[in-house]
Amino acid sequence: MFCQFNNLQDTPQGNVYDFAHTLRIFFMSLDRAQIQSIAHLARLNLSEAEVPVYQDSLSRIVDLVSQLENAATQGVVPMAHPLPGQAQRLRADEVVETDRHELFQRNAPQVEAGLYLVPKVIE
Amino acid sequence: MFTKTLAELARGLRGKEFSSVELTRALLQRIDASQSVLNSVISVTADSAMAAAAAADGQIAAGTAKPLTGLPLLHKDIFCTEGVRTTCGSRMLENFISPYDATVVAKLRQAGMIMLGKTNMDEFAMGSSNETSFFGPVTNPWNAAMVPGGSSGGSAAAVAARLCPVATATDTGGSIRQPAALCGVTGLKPTYGRVSRYGMIAFASSLDQAGVISLTAEDAALILNAMAGFDPRDSTSVDERVPDYTATLGDSLAGLRIGVIREFFDAGLDAGVGAAVRAALAAYEKLGATLVDVDLPALPLSVPTYYVVAPAEASSNLARFDGVRFGHRCKDPVNLEDLYKRSRGEGFGAEVKRRIMTGTYVLSAGYYDAYYLKAQQVRQLIAQDFARAFADVDVLMGPTTPTPAFGLGAKTADPITMYLNDIYTIGANMAGLPAVSIPCGFAADLPVGLQIIGAHFAEAKLLNVAHQYQLATDWHSRVPPAWAA
Repeated sequence: MFCQFNNLQDTPQGNVYDFAHTLRIFFMSLDRAQIQSIAHLARLNLSEAEVPVYQDSLSRIVDLVSQLENAATQGVVPMAHPLPGQAQRLRADEVVETDRHELFQRNAPQVEAGLYLVPKVIE
Repeated sequence: MFTKTLAELARGLRGKEFSSVELTRALLQRIDASQSVLNSVISVTADSAMAAAAAADGQIAAGTAKPLTGLPLLHKDIFCTEGVRTTCGSRMLENFISPYDATVVAKLRQAGMIMLGKTNMDEFAMGSSNETSFFGPVTNPWNAAMVPGGSSGGSAAAVAARLCPVATATDTGGSIRQPAALCGVTGLKPTYGRVSRYGMIAFASSLDQAGVISLTAEDAALILNAMAGFDPRDSTSVDERVPDYTATLGDSLAGLRIGVIREFFDAGLDAGVGAAVRAALAAYEKLGATLVDVDLPALPLSVPTYYVVAPAEASSNLARFDGVRFGHRCKDPVNLEDLYKRSRGEGFGAEVKRRIMTGTYVLSAGYYDAYYLKAQQVRQLIAQDFARAFADVDVLMGPTTPTPAFGLGAKTADPITMYLNDIYTIGANMAGLPAVSIPCGFAADLPVGLQIIGAHFAEAKLLNVAHQYQLATDWHSRVPPAWAA
């Protein structure tokens, strides 16, 4: 890893290695069951062969992002918009689009009588 | 004809040196002949391009042409194009015919430009080498054993190989600037909100921004004039005046204050890349600029911050691909959950699944504060570093990438190695800043990019600074030997 943080010392925000006030997260590698649980939450089917691949790479990613643990962020307002002073714009609650469902449903895998078809949900 | 810049082609069309039909036909043939080696294009729209070129010639003859009428371009396949397949480099959208145009596509068409086709890209723009595309990797025009960078690898390779003078692209963590650097062309990522994201398939909505890959800064200015502007259909589009970006290209750089980002000259920087960038900085001094060392202490945390924020947003954005309304559907689902899981498991490639799962993990119950909230705080620190720097300097400079182009397959085994390719580009996305990469030399016979970062909405300044360098140097006009004829 070539992004060492030696140059982060003595910054205008103070010492970035402010361990006392940083969140203590204990990172460890993810196990098989965790990967399967994440895949379920994300509604992704993984083959048996894929599980150890993601176990390895997701553990490395978790390790990479664990560097954030050392950043002194006490009192820092989380960024809510990439541009300073900008807020989410709202529009008037008016119908401006026309009904084009026939055009849009041309991309649907299965449609009948203007409805999307899926496997039976209620027995 | 094919080595001309967009500005030169515009003059040629107006001066009747050649017609739009001749130009369009020549470039379509070039694209066709390049595909087996470069693979930079996913779909070619030859028939509609030829028809539009004929119409453009009519307007030129009648004197009703606009500045960009009859000029060709390629669109990254992340932009929806009405009636044309829009795949985002994914099996998930292999057969998706967009029912509408992205605002960027509509604006450039209204400006008179002719779409030749859709460029290859990393799947859902997730990648730095164009190797995650369902449609196969793109090769680097300077050396076919090397990657072109990504995710806009097809756009960068196509422009570098002179298949087309300009191509649209998008940048979430460096996806315009990194491939532009690796292919030796100019890549501009505008300020967040400067160009509409409507119809641009979402990856990470707080970072994504549309831009352009071109041969010169002047050409980028011509395209940005047509692309930029407020769009009521994009709730993050900013209602800010669009200047004529070509008007200030000629301004002198005397007195310009350039901040040299110290963190970008770290141990990971390739010596050849560092030497080329330092030579470019010296060239700027000769143009009248002053160099100032700048420290951005939180910047080294930009990669870990990005790998929380971007996957978190991606996992949410990509939830729409459910196998019900559009996109890939698995065969014979036994129930709804099986439909979702197998459609998504089959439709998404390995890297996209990795990012969705990373995002799902960091947003899952009990982890939100430790990851997402923390990352958004560090993102604020990164933005504050930039804001402090711009109080003292006009632009910031450094390398675009730590190394020149790497070999196909060289970094696919370990995702972290691949992610660290974007270590110098992610900062600008974190802070929503505009940035451009321009060719500034070679290392090991491969192009090197100089990155110039500006304050919010300072695209005109960035393009002025880039243009003045391109007037004084000829790196941008070097043609890859394999594509010179």
